[in-house]
Amino acid sequence: MPKNKDIKKVLVIGSGPIIIGQAAEFDYAGTQACRELKKEGIEVILLNSNPATIMTDKNMADKIYLEPLTVETAKKIIKKERPDSILPNLGGQTGLNLAMELAESGFLDEYNVKLLGTGKEGIKNAEDRQAFKDMMESINEPCIASKVVNSVEDALAFAEQIKLPVIVRPAYTLGGTGGGIAYSMEELEEICSSGLRLSRVHQVLIEKCIAGWKEIEYEVMRDSKGTCITICNMENIDPVGVHTGDSIVVAPSQTLSDKEYQMLRTSAIKIISALKIEGGCNVQFALNPNSFEYAVIEVNPRVSRSSALASKATGYPIAKVAAKIAIGYTLDEIINQVTGKTYACFEPVLDYVVVKIPKWPFKKFLTASRDLGTQMKATGEVMAIAPNLEMGIMKGVRSLEENLDSLIYPKFKDYTDEEVEEKLHKIDNERFFCIAEALRRGISIDKIHEITTVDKFFIGIALKIVRMEKELATKKLNLELLRRAKEYGFTDKVIASLNGMTEEEVHKFRKENKITANYKMVDTCAAEFEAQTPYYYSSYDDENEAKDSGKKKIMVLGSGPIRIGQGIEFDYCSVHGVWALKKKGYETIIVNNNPETVSTDFDIADKLYFEPLTPEDVESIVDTEKPYGAIVQFGGQTAIKLTESLDKIGVKILGTSAVDMDRAEDREEFDKALTNCGILRPKGGTIYTVEEAKAVANRLGYPVLVRPSYVLGGQGMAIAYDDKEIEEYVNEINTVAQEHPILVDKYVMGREVEVDAICDGEDILIPGIMQHLERAGVHSGDSISVYPTQNVEPEHEKTIIEYTKKIAKELNVLGILNIQFIISEGKVYIIEVNPRSSRTVPYISKVTNLPMIEIATNVILGEKLKDMPYGTGLYRKSDYVCVKMPVFSFEKIKNADTSLGPEMKSTGEVLGVSKKYHEAVLKAFIASGANVSTRGNILITVRDKDKEEMLEVAQKFDKKGFKIFATKGTAKFLEENGIKAKVVEKIWEGKDSILDLIQSGKLNFVINTPTKGKQSGRDGFKIRRMAVECKIPCFTSLDTVNALYAAIEDETKEEDLEVVDITEV
Amino acid sequence: MKGYLVLENGQIFDGERIGSKIDTACEVVFNTGMAGYIETFTDPSYAGQGIVMTYPLIGNYGIIKNDVESSKIWAKSIFIHELAEFESNFRTEGNLESFLEENNIPGLKNVNTRMLTKVLRNSGTMRGYLTSNLSNMKEIENKIKAYKVGKVVEEVTCSQKESFNEDRKIQIALLDYGYKKNILKSLLSRGVGVTVYPALTSAQEILKSKPNGIMLSNGPGDPEDCEVEIENVKKLYNSDVAIFGICLGHQLMALANGFKTAKLKFGHRGPNHPVKDLKNGKVYITSQNHGYYVIEDSIDENKAEVSHINLNDQTVEGISYKNKKVFTVQFHPEACPGPQDTAYLFDKFIDMIGGNK
Repeated sequence: MPKNKDIKKVLVIGSGPIIIGQAAEFDYAGTQACRELKKEGIEVILLNSNPATIMTDKNMADKIYLEPLTVETAKKIIKKERPDSILPNLGGQTGLNLAMELAESGFLDEYNVKLLGTGKEGIKNAEDRQAFKDMMESINEPCIASKVVNSVEDALAFAEQIKLPVIVRPAYTLGGTGGGIAYSMEELEEICSSGLRLSRVHQVLIEKCIAGWKEIEYEVMRDSKGTCITICNMENIDPVGVHTGDSIVVAPSQTLSDKEYQMLRTSAIKIISALKIEGGCNVQFALNPNSFEYAVIEVNPRVSRSSALASKATGYPIAKVAAKIAIGYTLDEIINQVTGKTYACFEPVLDYVVVKIPKWPFKKFLTASRDLGTQMKATGEVMAIAPNLEMGIMKGVRSLEENLDSLIYPKFKDYTDEEVEEKLHKIDNERFFCIAEALRRGISIDKIHEITTVDKFFIGIALKIVRMEKELATKKLNLELLRRAKEYGFTDKVIASLNGMTEEEVHKFRKENKITANYKMVDTCAAEFEAQTPYYYSSYDDENEAKDSGKKKIMVLGSGPIRIGQGIEFDYCSVHGVWALKKKGYETIIVNNNPETVSTDFDIADKLYFEPLTPEDVESIVDTEKPYGAIVQFGGQTAIKLTESLDKIGVKILGTSAVDMDRAEDREEFDKALTNCGILRPKGGTIYTVEEAKAVANRLGYPVLVRPSYVLGGQGMAIAYDDKEIEEYVNEINTVAQEHPILVDKYVMGREVEVDAICDGEDILIPGIMQHLERAGVHSGDSISVYPTQNVEPEHEKTIIEYTKKIAKELNVLGILNIQFIISEGKVYIIEVNPRSSRTVPYISKVTNLPMIEIATNVILGEKLKDMPYGTGLYRKSDYVCVKMPVFSFEKIKNADTSLGPEMKSTGEVLGVSKKYHEAVLKAFIASGANVSTRGNILITVRDKDKEEMLEVAQKFDKKGFKIFATKGTAKFLEENGIKAKVVEKIWEGKDSILDLIQSGKLNFVINTPTKGKQSGRDGFKIRRMAVECKIPCFTSLDTVNALYAAIEDETKEEDLEVVDITEV
Repeated sequence: MKGYLVLENGQIFDGERIGSKIDTACEVVFNTGMAGYIETFTDPSYAGQGIVMTYPLIGNYGIIKNDVESSKIWAKSIFIHELAEFESNFRTEGNLESFLEENNIPGLKNVNTRMLTKVLRNSGTMRGYLTSNLSNMKEIENKIKAYKVGKVVEEVTCSQKESFNEDRKIQIALLDYGYKKNILKSLLSRGVGVTVYPALTSAQEILKSKPNGIMLSNGPGDPEDCEVEIENVKKLYNSDVAIFGICLGHQLMALANGFKTAKLKFGHRGPNHPVKDLKNGKVYITSQNHGYYVIEDSIDENKAEVSHINLNDQTVEGISYKNKKVFTVQFHPEACPGPQDTAYLFDKFIDMIGGNK
């Protein structure tokens, strides 16, 4: 069926802010879809609240609404734009839910908007638990047996029927408290009765326990004619029990014979046919490792994280094809872009293996539990492509940027054998490393399998890696051994450290003997057909399929996995860098290892190398490609870290030089640079030890800011108020060996202001000055940021522009830079200069309409700002106010502290755009999911030194009619100042305590300013966690609360807000 | 031990020997399946050929006796990238290496299979010679030149007929040109009885047993070499008994009707071939293993029509014969290895001869 000609104007819904479980993959999918629709001549209307995305770029859609993803907003847009259709299945769960709400309310019918792709019924049958179960039953596909019971007797009877072990899940208890796995009837009786007692509705779910089963996924596509294909299957190394987003995953499946493979494939196709999916779909199975028994775990009737992974793993552009199917095409009408000859209607075959490893944020949340379970905790992931699993795993591990370059996990070195065995029982982020350590200690594959239930095949792969470590450690390095080590993915550095050589010696030996990486193509068809996509991975097999084209080419280094502090924004920058270079006629090469991103789509750069971002891996690519130069300033800290090694191997760093980049990071050099410019900065010093730190801190006077050099997102950064705290923080930083000194600075309290700027060596261009609503001390990434500034004095703005120009020129910046200022007591200080692109670039580019990365790229290539049409200095201010608000994923990470400080914790951001400040703030709050009602209850618990300031806040809310709850001390203070407050008992005071109040669901939000220290034992911590788990916003900065008040003060309602098409701003 | 695959064009691929240590000539072909090596290696259609597996890890789940498609490995040799050291599956009974030894089949591992596949793709299927000794290249060249797959159907077919479920109402005659066990299983599981006949059984003998339907199996080699079989198929075609042909069976039926076959440049071997059913426009992913195909232009429109085409290269994948209960497909609805999406064709066949499942 060819394209449906009736489709002329489509509303595409994005997935909103990056949160755990919904990351960059939907920008990738959405971008592919938008491009495809536009190519088909369809007018695209886009709704997405996430300003950091590529899909919200002006060239991606005709109209772009960076607005809250709410039904109210969507309705307004539909009324205004009158699209004929809506594309719901490319914006993750958020987009799908929103579209379904619109459809089910009848709104879409009323406005004649057609739901593209899978129908309402199909989505409902896949999403609704009971409907799904019923449907599976009707087509004879097994689900995991489960039943809701109200008595122990019923539980026992059901367990009899489905066989032990079973999982008991009490209804409505927090974080699943009171549940557990029962292996015997006695255990069941015990767990069940306590579960029933704890459940508010006296109800538990008894479910067959399939922990330890193999977890297998299939990515399936179906078109309107009913043709079904599977793109890829994947096997989780971590068996059922660990969320697939937290599992190490390989593609294709490794331990399934054709019988199991086809059994599940047939089932997947049966399911997708029954659901009448039109587009992409993901089916997850649990497979009993000892029989052909299986169960369908879940179906996602949309593109997903797994489909992004499958796309990158196979080269098959799932989202693109899904978009085409949605507008009427059938699979046999869509050309396979990879071969250019065959059709999209086929199943990719791989002649390599793919390994995906999750990236977790545990380093950010020291108090958080690292246990893995059914709640996903990873913020991002890396993917590795290799001819064998050993190399795949080694590449994946070093792509993680966790200071690891093999399966050797330093922490385990001090463990006794017993401790290692004990640790094997723990299902956490270190498990695969622990398996390797266990093998090193001589624990057998069988024993490890028995404890972990990880398939022996994968333990065997770990053993092969461990054996190679031993061989390297005990034998003289000859060519044969070196070749085998390289084939297993060992870097020169690892080989050297095991073999007692230096990295240089290994490198030299290897190069002299021409043992070099060769690149193979990802072609979807295992070489059966000639492919046209230049998508490569390295191997140590013969024949290099990547050829130097002889053209002038530039390499852009990507930013690796999505993590807190380095998110999708840097992919935005990398991609725009590539596009700008292409426009100038250069051949572009992108190197990256993140399967969720747009940059790793094979039609972005002229050549895509899916490789770890380490010096050796990049050097190998350089050897093959011989690029004219490399751009590192767009790929975040990941790319910046490679500057020195690129420089060393003679790759020209385009833009700010390696030396100058270092001058911005190196404390003494930076101080010198600032002094040369006559710019103030908070006083400080560099230290290595706790003693030195204390000396510096006491000299400066507390509070002081402590942080390691060269980090992104303020990792390890903290404000210390006394000697004890400085000791704690410095020790914490020093758990990882520091190559560079630790910085201790006087903490200057003031307003924080930020600029992104472009410098061509002579002139600068500042698109806009942003002001943070939270005072200095809260990481810029976690602050609400407002453009243009609302209350920065003109003279200070002038100073900021002047300083920007001075320091940019002093540091010989060529390209982009980001500066953070503090304005305190009438003085402007610089606290940080980052000679690279920043988190705010995408948002400020969009709201100012300045193509910042393109301008920066052209500047890097030698053009001058004065020859461009944008002017120099500060760009004209927009008529619109744009408020960027952080979004957190605290509820996903058990025991993570939610208080804001110098270390960044947010995972994503939303934007609010309006002509009026308070409306923009309101929109941002709505988009971030906050409760913006103008009546209700709030709880206030603040530390003593915040009391005065809190009073003002409390007065405002009191006047508005909010009911205030507070602990005794705070309540008394409020009463004394004329504000009525209801006293609530402290946690340790037992019944009717704060925790009960939070749990009651009565509160709109909680204000809790954290006391000192990072310990988790304190009341404040418990209050914050409880609020998060009850999904009640908890503000830890009074500035944020003031912002909220500003938003709701005049009682503007969401329905009163006007939607803004950002392309017209 | 080091081993080499010397190709007809003089190119040499090296690797490490596995399985039997004998040297052998073969026709080198590649298969793109990612699972199903047991079924592939024991598929009689590979008789006379050396199989290159494009998937780089082979042997992951060891050997499972239940999954063989015939009594032994019919391929002459196998060429793989890596042989799994730690096989794992709940049904594993042994490893691939010893299975090769038991079958006296030589192979090579650590072969750059991707490069080899590209050579075969670009230059077409070639003959080759697997050896550990390159000292006499002249002799190797001669051996390669002298090698011919030949009349392999006669090698792979059974020596005498064998019947299954004789008590069933519906009886099917299965002509064994090298049938895969799952063809038999697919029929039996649909409640019919089956008698397997050696390839050279005369049409009279088959028809004498009054079968309700005749199944022409898959098999190895050049269909044009099967003169006797083609003559027999002609007679079967004229008998008005319903016939379903698969792969070689499909080609023989075409030749019996005077249509022509030709050799593909590098064949279709893998689990991912999209085939379009021209009747309903739906595309099915099929398992394929063939080096020859029926030339579309040679099909007499009065006698038959193309029912299926390959979406990749538009070659004929199925023929429906007019005014006859005869249909044939080039692909493998019995799967094993590969997708089961076209198993419905067995239902169609059974329906055609009046049997209910």
